[in-house]
Amino acid sequence: MTRPLIEAHGVGKKFGSNEVLRDVSLTVAPGETVVIIGPSGSGKSTLLRCINLLEDLDSGSIVFEGREIRTGRGAHRIRRELGMVFQNFELFAHLSAADNVMLAPRRVLGMGAEEARALAHEMLTKVHIPEKADAHPDELSGGQQQRVAIARALAMRPKAMLYDEPTSALDPEMIKEVLDVIRELSQDGMTSIVVTHEMGFARSVADRIVFMDEGEVISDAPTDTFFAGSAHPRAAQFLQQILPH
Amino acid sequence: MTDLSLIYEYLVSPPFVRAAGMTLLITVLSVILGIVVGLVIAVAQESRIAILQPFVIVYLWLFRGTPVLFQIIFVFNVLPSFGILLSGFACAIIALSLNEAAYMSEIMRSGLQAVGQGQRRAGKALGLRDSQIMRYVVLPQALRIVIPPIGNQFIGMLKMSALVSVIAVEELLLVANQSASANFRYVEALAAAGIYYLAFTTIFMAIQARIERWAGSRKRSDAPRPTFMQRLLGAPLAERLSR
Repeated sequence: MTRPLIEAHGVGKKFGSNEVLRDVSLTVAPGETVVIIGPSGSGKSTLLRCINLLEDLDSGSIVFEGREIRTGRGAHRIRRELGMVFQNFELFAHLSAADNVMLAPRRVLGMGAEEARALAHEMLTKVHIPEKADAHPDELSGGQQQRVAIARALAMRPKAMLYDEPTSALDPEMIKEVLDVIRELSQDGMTSIVVTHEMGFARSVADRIVFMDEGEVISDAPTDTFFAGSAHPRAAQFLQQILPH
Repeated sequence: MTDLSLIYEYLVSPPFVRAAGMTLLITVLSVILGIVVGLVIAVAQESRIAILQPFVIVYLWLFRGTPVLFQIIFVFNVLPSFGILLSGFACAIIALSLNEAAYMSEIMRSGLQAVGQGQRRAGKALGLRDSQIMRYVVLPQALRIVIPPIGNQFIGMLKMSALVSVIAVEELLLVANQSASANFRYVEALAAAGIYYLAFTTIFMAIQARIERWAGSRKRSDAPRPTFMQRLLGAPLAERLSR
C-alpha cells in the first residue's frame, strides 16, 4: 500500500467536560473516498475539523503526507492543501461566486487577477454553474451555493477534500446536484472524506465506511461489508434504524 | 426687525467661520476617537477575558448613566484639581469622545458579531492567515453593518458639540451667543449659527445616504433604506411632501 495521505492517531478532544472524540484513529490513502457516518453528536464533524487543524487536539496526532501537523503557526500552510466544505456553505456574503472562488488563490497563492478569473471559471464549470459567476450568495439556491463552495475549495488544488455534512442544510430536491458533484470528483481520483447521512450516496461512492458513535470509531470496514451488516453489531443496528422502513 | 444682511455678515465673519470650523473639528475628532476607543471596548468585551469585564462594565455604566453635559463640566473642573491642566478644547474632546465610545462600542460589537464564526472558519480552511481573514472577510462585511449607525452618530455629535460652549470652547453656539449679547441681535446671530448647523447635518446626511447606497447595493433582501428626504424630515413628513 502507498503511503497514507491523512492519518489520525489516537485523537482525543474535549469541549469542557464533554468528551467528543476518544482515541480516534483513521487512515486515508491517496485517491480513496471514506464516508463517515453515525448518529448526531458522535464526533464526526469534530474529527474533520481536527484533521484540518480548525480544532486543537487534546491528545493524539494528525499526520499529513507522513508528517505530523499541528495547530498554531504555519497551520494556514497545511490548510490550503485540504479543501473543506461546510454544512452551511459559508460563502463570503459580500463577494460574487467568482470572487469567492478567486479570493484564496489571489491572496494565499498570490495569483494574478486574470489567471484567477480563468481558474474560477474552470472551477465553476466543474461544478456545473459557470453562468452564476457574477451572482452573489443571496441570489443562489442552497444547492448552487454549496457547489460554489466546492469550487472555492477546489481552486486551491487541494490534495484532499473534507465534506462536513454537505447536504444536511439543503432542500431535498437540491441534494442530488451536490452529491453528483462530490461523486464526480471522487471518481476522478480526489481523495475525499465525507461526513453524511445519505446512505445511498455512501453506498455508491465510498471505498470504506467509518461508523462512529459517542466519540469513538466503532467500525471501519469496506463499503460492502458495512452494508451487509457484518462490520459490527452496533453498526448493523444503526443501519436497521435508518435504512428505508 | 430681522436684518438679512446682518445674518449674511455673521455667516461670513471670521469669528463665525472659525467657530464653524471648530464645531466641525470637535465633531469629527470626537467621533473618530470614539470609534477607536469603542472598538477597543468592543474587542475587550468580545474577548471574554475575565479581568477586563469589570472595567468595561464600570465604564459603560458611568458614561451612559450620567448626562454628557455633566461629563463635560466634570472633566473641565475636576482634572485641574489633580494637577492636569488642559485647554477647554482638549477637555471637550476627552469628554465627548469617551462618551461617544460608550455608545460606539455597541455599534462595533454588532458589526463584529454579525460576521459569524462560520465565515472565519471558512477563511481559515482556505489557508488565509488571521490578518487576511480580518481584511478580506470580516471587515468588509462588518463595515456595511456599522456605516449607517456611525452616520447617525456623526449627526448626533454635531448637535451635541454645542454643549461644550459651557466650558468656553469657541464653537458656533458660544460665538453666536457672544455676538448677540454685544448688540442684542439674537435673531440674526442665532440664525447664522442655525444655518451652519443645518448645512452640516444636511451634508452629513447626504454623505451617509451615498455611502449606504454603495455599501448596501449588494443587499437586496433588506427592507428599503430610508430616502434622503425621509432621513432629513422623518418618514411621515417626507411622505406627505412627495405626494
